[in-house]
Amino acid sequence: MSGQKTLRGAAAIVGIAESVSSTGELELWGRALEAKVIKEALDDAGLTLADVDGVAHAWSSLDLAEFLGISPVFTEATYTGGSGYELYVEKAAAAIAVGLAETIVVVYAATPRSDRKRGTGGWVETPGPRDDFEVPYGLGLMGSYALAADRHMTTYGTTSEELAAVAVNTRAWASLNPDAKLRSPLTVDDVMSSPVFCSPLHLLDCCLVTDGAGAIVITSAERAKALRKAPVYVLGAASCHSHNMIHAMPDLTLTPGSISGPRAFRAAGISVDEVDLLMGYDSFTITALLHLEDLGFFKKGEAAGFVAEGGTAPGGALPMNTNGGGLSYTHPGMYGIFLLTEAVRQLRGEAGARQLQKADVAVAHGSGQFLSAMSTVVLGTEAVL
Amino acid sequence: MSQADFTPTISEATRPYWEATKARRLVLQRCVACTRYVHHPREACPRCLGQDFDWVESMGRGSIHAMSVHHRPFEAMSLEDCPYIVAFIDLDEGVRFLANVVDTDDRSVTRGDAVVLTWKPVANGYNLPAFKPAPR
Repeated sequence: MSGQKTLRGAAAIVGIAESVSSTGELELWGRALEAKVIKEALDDAGLTLADVDGVAHAWSSLDLAEFLGISPVFTEATYTGGSGYELYVEKAAAAIAVGLAETIVVVYAATPRSDRKRGTGGWVETPGPRDDFEVPYGLGLMGSYALAADRHMTTYGTTSEELAAVAVNTRAWASLNPDAKLRSPLTVDDVMSSPVFCSPLHLLDCCLVTDGAGAIVITSAERAKALRKAPVYVLGAASCHSHNMIHAMPDLTLTPGSISGPRAFRAAGISVDEVDLLMGYDSFTITALLHLEDLGFFKKGEAAGFVAEGGTAPGGALPMNTNGGGLSYTHPGMYGIFLLTEAVRQLRGEAGARQLQKADVAVAHGSGQFLSAMSTVVLGTEAVL
Repeated sequence: MSQADFTPTISEATRPYWEATKARRLVLQRCVACTRYVHHPREACPRCLGQDFDWVESMGRGSIHAMSVHHRPFEAMSLEDCPYIVAFIDLDEGVRFLANVVDTDDRSVTRGDAVVLTWKPVANGYNLPAFKPAPR
């Protein structure tokens, strides 16, 4: 990659907002909820809608911009599942770096928990080969991750107790977050005695289903310096996808994060040893374990022992998912935006009781669909620019 | 919905595969140009983009690559089907094949076990390939 152009430090996240409740339910939904978090994220930055010249939205950036009454010159609506928000930050930073746009808003809102009560909403999958080669066998999302976990156990000797430790460590962080859905202490035994829906995964190996919304404002480094909060710079970003349905995953134990992670770190000029916080998408315990390996923090098969010893918990050597994660904080379906908002809070020193003492480099690693699409964003404070 | 109600979406690319299941034959798509097996069946070979295929009948033997016992129904399954086993089978032809493992107690089958082809009838005369423990 010699002679490569770089987006390092060209753009910064300057505004964030979240709407999450400890009940898991929100009163607003749809555009009303999106408008609320967009307004709050712009306020956080000290900007207004008139400053926005780019939008990103997982379903329709056209509908969003029309609703907002703006005419953006950057538009992004690539669907990669839960990693989309990291992908949007990557693309937004690249667009800003070359001057295609200056101030881009990324937004997400979903309320599956309330939708179910209202009898609205529901997830419709795009038709594809999964309909004929997975669906008839009774394989869904949880089962797909269960197959990956099973293969990891065969290949590396990983145990259910080690996977449970991912959830235990994450819950310890959630207990420090007043907005987390689940905050009571959790033990490995609790996870192991929770029901098994798809072996080897227990119920407490699985993420929550909650309402939630988030928005992010990203702008040029030049403009960022004049705004309300300390800029959180995009140091590097990269993406890779290797399949969509799990049936087509080349190796059940190796995600495309093994490509996106090293590329993002290289672009950022950062080594894994310099990372203060990993926000790694935890749709299931196995998902987070795979990130620890594939991003390069551990060799394959060596992350489980570290996790079991509390390495990712409060006080551990590699804090992971300090908001309480998809496992204990919130998970509305495409959780990726919350990886970014928490990373920004930590780098700003706004994380309250769970604030890390040293927080200059954070990694937000999104994982979409069936371990299919990975996007890695390396963020940093001015100190590491 | 239950698995027995399933009927496949037929396209030009998948018709030979599904038609063969009516006679309980598992056929695999093989690219004429590069001689590799392709599964799931599709319009072009993902290695060389060749569009000419042979259909080769599988020996119907393999081993369990990964498996999950489902105690709750997902997708086409219903509660009466539980528990059921979803597994990746490494076919002797070198193809990784997703299917249910049947005719076994869910505690007596494990990763690496040898399995052989069997069938489950579904709607409109089609059959779904499934696997059961190989006779010892």
